[in-house]
Amino acid sequence: MRLTKEDVEHIALLARLHLSEEEKERFGEQLSNILEHVGKLQELDTKDVPAMASIVVERSRLRPDEPAAAMPRADLLANAPDASDEQFKVPPVLDGGP
Amino acid sequence: MSSKYQPVIGLEVHAVLETRSKMFCACPVVDSTVGEPNIAVCPVCAGMPGMLPVINQAAVEYALRVALALNCTINLTSIFARKSYFYPDLPKGFQISQYEQPLAQNGWLMIDTAEGEQRVAIRRVHIEEDTGKLTHVEREGQRFSLVDLNRSGVPLLEIVTEPELHSVEAVRNCAYALRSILRYVGVNSGNLEKGLMRIEPNISIRPIGSTEFGTRAEIKNLNSFRSLERATTYELARQEQLVEAGGQVVQQTLGWDDGRGTTQAQRSKEVAEDYRYFPEPDLPPLVLEKAWVDKIRKGLPELPQARRERFIKKYGLKAYDANVIVAEREVADLYEATVAAAKTADAKLIANWLTGPLFGLMNEAGVEIAGLRFGAKQLAALCDQVAAGKVNAAGGREVLGVLFVEGGSPTSIIKARGLQQISDSGQLAAWVSEVIVSNPKQAVDYLAGNAPLLNFLFGQVMQKAGGKANPAAVREELQAQLSKLGK
Ligand SMILES: [Zn+2]
Repeated sequence: MRLTKEDVEHIALLARLHLSEEEKERFGEQLSNILEHVGKLQELDTKDVPAMASIVVERSRLRPDEPAAAMPRADLLANAPDASDEQFKVPPVLDGGP
Repeated sequence: MSSKYQPVIGLEVHAVLETRSKMFCACPVVDSTVGEPNIAVCPVCAGMPGMLPVINQAAVEYALRVALALNCTINLTSIFARKSYFYPDLPKGFQISQYEQPLAQNGWLMIDTAEGEQRVAIRRVHIEEDTGKLTHVEREGQRFSLVDLNRSGVPLLEIVTEPELHSVEAVRNCAYALRSILRYVGVNSGNLEKGLMRIEPNISIRPIGSTEFGTRAEIKNLNSFRSLERATTYELARQEQLVEAGGQVVQQTLGWDDGRGTTQAQRSKEVAEDYRYFPEPDLPPLVLEKAWVDKIRKGLPELPQARRERFIKKYGLKAYDANVIVAEREVADLYEATVAAAKTADAKLIANWLTGPLFGLMNEAGVEIAGLRFGAKQLAALCDQVAAGKVNAAGGREVLGVLFVEGGSPTSIIKARGLQQISDSGQLAAWVSEVIVSNPKQAVDYLAGNAPLLNFLFGQVMQKAGGKANPAAVREELQAQLSKLGK
């Protein structure tokens, strides 16, 4: 399956990435190759195989509702590119999230 | 809304499942509206790489209680899915939610509307995780946002109704009914102000008689039942005006501005929803034992709807009073315990004192049942005294006021304050005759047809009695003496 330029622009928008014209070309090519490679799987006949959501184990294990200590805040914020007021500091976002 | 269009409204409700720890990690759940930011966060809910989520059993149990109370079909195998989007309150870049195979679906609940009872279909009930909290800051000419992840990963229940509500009243009653159920099954306090329960109506209109669905707008940011009603009314009027002017409703998410009383678009069309759901690879399917689900079903309390029917039948309450009393489990519990403890007072008198004077005091002081300084025994004793004519209504209110502030025993309060009702006919007759003698003009005018003067004379007698006379007996005596005078 080959991606169109519009597909690439849509994916970039969803990932909040700004791509140059040259990058759209290059990444579009690379993404298309990956899709084609994985697309090989489509050739398998899975008509009689039930759909499965996970290949790891049959079912999730549940944990009891017991709180444990959280991470020290200094450690948490140490990895942040920027922090202020004991919080992560990010560029301004105005509208509500999804 | 004019009679040309029919509102078509569905609700999407998010309710925090008030567990002790988070949905997929053991971080404690803290009140994210107060206190220190980022004190209840770990690598899992901060979205650090390589971390694995593990499902909180209590959250599943809470979700099942709600789903069962809403008469849903439970999917014994349900699947968690990744909902992908980029926004700073979502550290992983995706939210763990449920999509294709939710925990439960196809339920219903009963609500009241102007046309009578309505059965509203529940499309689905699923579990997901909450996001972090953003604060927008403008400081020294710099604009930025701050992220607090205390709320990130807190268990959330999403309840989606079918778009079957056709009036603002139905929307309000459906939201109240859902809140009542959440509180009855003990999973959520129903607090909208703190965002523990969030109600998002999706609204469209269509010409009366049409069965097609119009384009819908979704409203967010409603922090009270009042704003839910205002926003719904506003949006219905906006859509009607737009359509009447030849325009078209666009599908969009609107944010309610409570101060201005208007909505505004939250997201532009270019960033259309495209969440690329796929099964969460870190979480195998959630498989439930049927025996566990049955046990939870059996453990459900009597729900508001059933309790209301029982109250109407057993206590002879009017539908309205029954509704008011069963809306909150604690109120209904207090009511039943009071009826059981009362000796003279009947169920109706107790309902009147509960929903009238007591609710008045509670609303005024912002106190809930749990904060009362007295219980069913004292309320029953007070109602008994009123029913037996030992204290009149005004005195009873005074006793209730004292109970409300200080607690104590109604009979001792009546004694200590000298509130015993005076019904002694000799005493009442003496007061009445004194009042007529000292107000001859009013008595004559009353007899000449100025009926309201009776209230004046009644007031004079009550004043003489220090408010403690039996009002019915005073009226009777007053009328008797006046009519004798007229002959
Ligand atoms: Zn955590």
